Amino acid sequence: MITYSFLQHYWWLIISLLGGILAFLLFVQGGQSMLFSLSKTEDEKRLLVNVLGRKWEYTFTTLVTFGGAFFASFPLFYSTSFGGAYWVWMIILFCFVLQAVSFEFQSKPGNTFGKTTYRSFLFINGLLGTFLIGAAIATFFTGSDFTVNKGNITQQMAPVISRWGNEWHGLEALLNLRNWALGLAVFFLARTNAVLYFINRLNDKVLEKRSRKYLWYNAIPFVVFFLTFVIWTLLAKGYAVHPETGIVSLEQYKYFTNFIEMPIVLVLFLLGVVSVLWGIIGSLLSEKNKKGIWFSGGGTIVTVCSLLLVAGYNNTAFYPSHDLQSSLTIFNSSSSEFTLTVMSYVSLMIPFVAAYIIHAWRALEKNRTDIEDVNSDHHAY
Amino acid sequence: MELLDVTLVNWSRAQFALTAMYHWIFVPLTLGVGIIMAIMETIYYKTGDEKWKTATKFWMTIFGINFAMGVATGIILEFQFGTNWSNYSWFVGDIFGAPLAIEGIFAFFMEATFISIMFFGWKKVSKRFHMISTWLVMVGATLSALWILVANAWMQYPIGMEFNPDTVRNEMVDFWAILLSPIAINKFFHTVLSGWVLGGLFVVGVSSWFLLKRRDVDFALKSIKVGAIFGLVSTLLIIWTGDGSAYHVSQKQPMKLAVMEGLYEGSEQANLIALGVLNPAKKSYNDTINPFLFKLDVPIPGLLSFLGYRDFNAFVPGIKDIVDGGYKSPEGIAMSFAEKQTRGKKAIQALSDYRTAKVNNDTINASLYKAELVDNYSHFGYGYLEKPEDLIPNVPLVFYSFHIMVMLGMYFLAIFALVLFLLYRKKIENSRLVLWVALLSIPLGYIAGQVGWIVAEVGRQPWAIQDILPVQAAISSISADSVKLTFFLFLFLFTALLFAEIRIMVKQIKKGPEAE
Ligand code: HDD
Ligand code: HEM
Ligand code: HEM
Repeated sequence: MITYSFLQHYWWLIISLLGGILAFLLFVQGGQSMLFSLSKTEDEKRLLVNVLGRKWEYTFTTLVTFGGAFFASFPLFYSTSFGGAYWVWMIILFCFVLQAVSFEFQSKPGNTFGKTTYRSFLFINGLLGTFLIGAAIATFFTGSDFTVNKGNITQQMAPVISRWGNEWHGLEALLNLRNWALGLAVFFLARTNAVLYFINRLNDKVLEKRSRKYLWYNAIPFVVFFLTFVIWTLLAKGYAVHPETGIVSLEQYKYFTNFIEMPIVLVLFLLGVVSVLWGIIGSLLSEKNKKGIWFSGGGTIVTVCSLLLVAGYNNTAFYPSHDLQSSLTIFNSSSSEFTLTVMSYVSLMIPFVAAYIIHAWRALEKNRTDIEDVNSDHHAY
Repeated sequence: MELLDVTLVNWSRAQFALTAMYHWIFVPLTLGVGIIMAIMETIYYKTGDEKWKTATKFWMTIFGINFAMGVATGIILEFQFGTNWSNYSWFVGDIFGAPLAIEGIFAFFMEATFISIMFFGWKKVSKRFHMISTWLVMVGATLSALWILVANAWMQYPIGMEFNPDTVRNEMVDFWAILLSPIAINKFFHTVLSGWVLGGLFVVGVSSWFLLKRRDVDFALKSIKVGAIFGLVSTLLIIWTGDGSAYHVSQKQPMKLAVMEGLYEGSEQANLIALGVLNPAKKSYNDTINPFLFKLDVPIPGLLSFLGYRDFNAFVPGIKDIVDGGYKSPEGIAMSFAEKQTRGKKAIQALSDYRTAKVNNDTINASLYKAELVDNYSHFGYGYLEKPEDLIPNVPLVFYSFHIMVMLGMYFLAIFALVLFLLYRKKIENSRLVLWVALLSIPLGYIAGQVGWIVAEVGRQPWAIQDILPVQAAISSISADSVKLTFFLFLFLFTALLFAEIRIMVKQIKKGPEAE
């Protein structure tokens, strides 16, 4: 039987899955952050821009859909977090606005600000976009400073329901080192995946060789920051929700307990991590191995998805507040049963969407790309 | 406790208006030129004539430049409901979120996927698959418009929902009522057509420039023909759906209609104003100063009554009537502002009492308060308003915007018809004056769309959700200075990018189709 609680869990799964896909697709941003270091000549830069440029729309659209799906399924999160952590989200949006024009405009005559400016925009997006999204997601575990009081709506002069507890509006998250750890982990993961993507896509010996070197530089910090975040989180207190009363309290080892109590999620998480490491190590060990991206990309999706499941399932507050009882759970922040049902019918079409995306992706990716392809393409960037 | 900050409300409104209007510079061209290039590619597919392929590719390049800006300005709108209208996002998110999510899942992914085939697939996929991809890009783009316009129409005419006092929000009860609302359908067609009209004007105007320069004449003649036929048909349809818009506005948002026409005192057999100059001395809705310095009616008596109520003798209420109430409306004798305000305050109080009773487990009183809330809920938002003036949108802005839009609609009809006539007579190449006029008409298409949105959005003030939630209750709790700062950041960034975009576009056009 489909209950309200089932729908809430189902939608948290979809949100987590979208989060995982987004984390994987951030390889575009990771690649952008290496535009000035990985490539030495103009031809090399152009090649990197073009192989990334064929994928940027997917990342962007996933981000937009992630936001839209969150709005539709957990509107209280959407209003509380976006309206409260205003500055963090605004900076993230800003650097995505910069990205949206930069591929298309950079090599067009008359673009006013010059090629280097647009490439710097891409660089900024690669740097801040990945780090800040990571840090924002870390607050799902570390908590933020807000209150929610639905009764406020009847205060004619101060009707706002969700309020942020400080004037930094989200930037205060940067005072927490655990948020930094996840931010940096996401940043280096995006770069690691980007390098693996280049190894897979490029038909260019020099860049490929350099990419393998860069894999070391990025994979090691990724592993360090990722483990720091995960171990710290497993040992830390988590935000537990009492299943009957809905009262939120701090519980030691909550996230660790969640893994133990949800063995499937634990297995998924471990498989994901192993797959990412396999993708990295395989590519480091063998010069012939070009398939690393599929393992690390798939692993990224599964790992991030299971981390988000741990944040929201098993009576846990997925968007905790220091004012404990204001914390958001999948129960108190979700849409109505009716809306979730409607949206669930809509979600049945997702496999169909995924199918045509994969079909289109493959139709365009029959051969690896080199600078000749780029030069002969009439829509090259 | 922080109190409601009027400057915060105004900066939030300004920021929304700024970003929405920037988005609306790019979206209509995407919708219009996109269809035209898809039609051209279809002709190429059918005839195999390489010249049509060249033309298709030329317009596709223009499309791509413009599209990037549409995407850049769109993302900010999507998240702005959360960042700047957080109360709104909770209060109606249960209904409003769904179309936004559906838009992302279907429309945006469809666009993003097939656009990569459209741009990069010329040599990689079959001719047929390519053409289908181009059409699917346009299906995706048009679907994006559909879902967001459904959401917007619902704000103007909220239906298919019920207020839930326990969650303190409106909840969806009927998805189809929202999707198939007559307002939504009309709005979808009127708005998408406005993009098509602009697309027609743009293609005709740019082709005229080539003809004036006597360059790429064959390409220009092909393009101008497709553009003008497409534009003419779209203009006829937009006038038809514009009439539909006005009808719906009269039925559901009488205040907006009164403001569009500068109508202070209502009358039976009301006339439609063709041209008018408002009197700046008019300060209040109930002083006796004539609102017009000059006005000229359309010489068909009772046309406004007919437009609004499909009856030349119907009574059209003016601003003053709507404030004072007492006239006969479709729902019976109209209430005055004061009565609505009282009901609104009752509803808000009942909600507050209900919540207290709930906390105290006082079920008997809780159900009484709930009944009172349900009784008065249809005027909930009036409880936040203070005085009758709060109910009246900016009259000159809406009045002039509306009349500019309608006049431009008539003008577009004339210019498309003229171009087609000259094309048919094979005289277009030498009618330099007409070519110049066509070229200079491109900006008018943009103006028509922008003023259209001003009518729709400024005309519905003070409501974010008609009668339920005024804008000042829709905001987020942030400082006005923060919003001011982001406002200027967006203004600066978007303006810089717009400037770059226009220069790129002009350069690209000057390069011409053969450069492809
Ligand atoms: C090329 C652009 C264009 C042209 C020529 C017209 N319109 Fe329009 N109009 C729009 C572009 C537009 C728009 C941008 O698409 C709007 C803004 C919001 C909306 O729903 O559509 C709009 C809104 C709009 C509204 C407000 C709807 C609302 O508040 O929901 C009315 C009453 C009309 N139009 C009526 C007309 C009439 C009677 C026209 C006769 C010629 C006309 N429009 C031509
Ligand atoms: C893209 C075309 C659009 C344009 C040009 C436009 C224009 C405007 C303008 C001028 C305002 C400011 C009115 C004022 O405060 O005086 C405004 C406000 C607003 N509009 Fe629109 N609008 C557009 C689309 C939409 C859509 C599709 C929605 C909803 C789905 C929407 C929702 C709002 C909201 C929430 C506000 C803020 C509240 C307010 O101050 O009115 N707009 N818009
Ligand atoms: C306030 C309301 C609006 C929001 C939140 C919004 C949101 C967005 C977003 C996020 C994008 C980028 C999509 C991508 O990732 O590719 C976008 C693009 C687009 N939007 Fe909007 N939009 C709004 C108003 C409108 C309106 C009123 C229309 C049309 C009637 C429209 C039509 C489009 C189209 C056709 C595109 C894709 C083409 C292009 O980028 O030019 N949008 N919008």
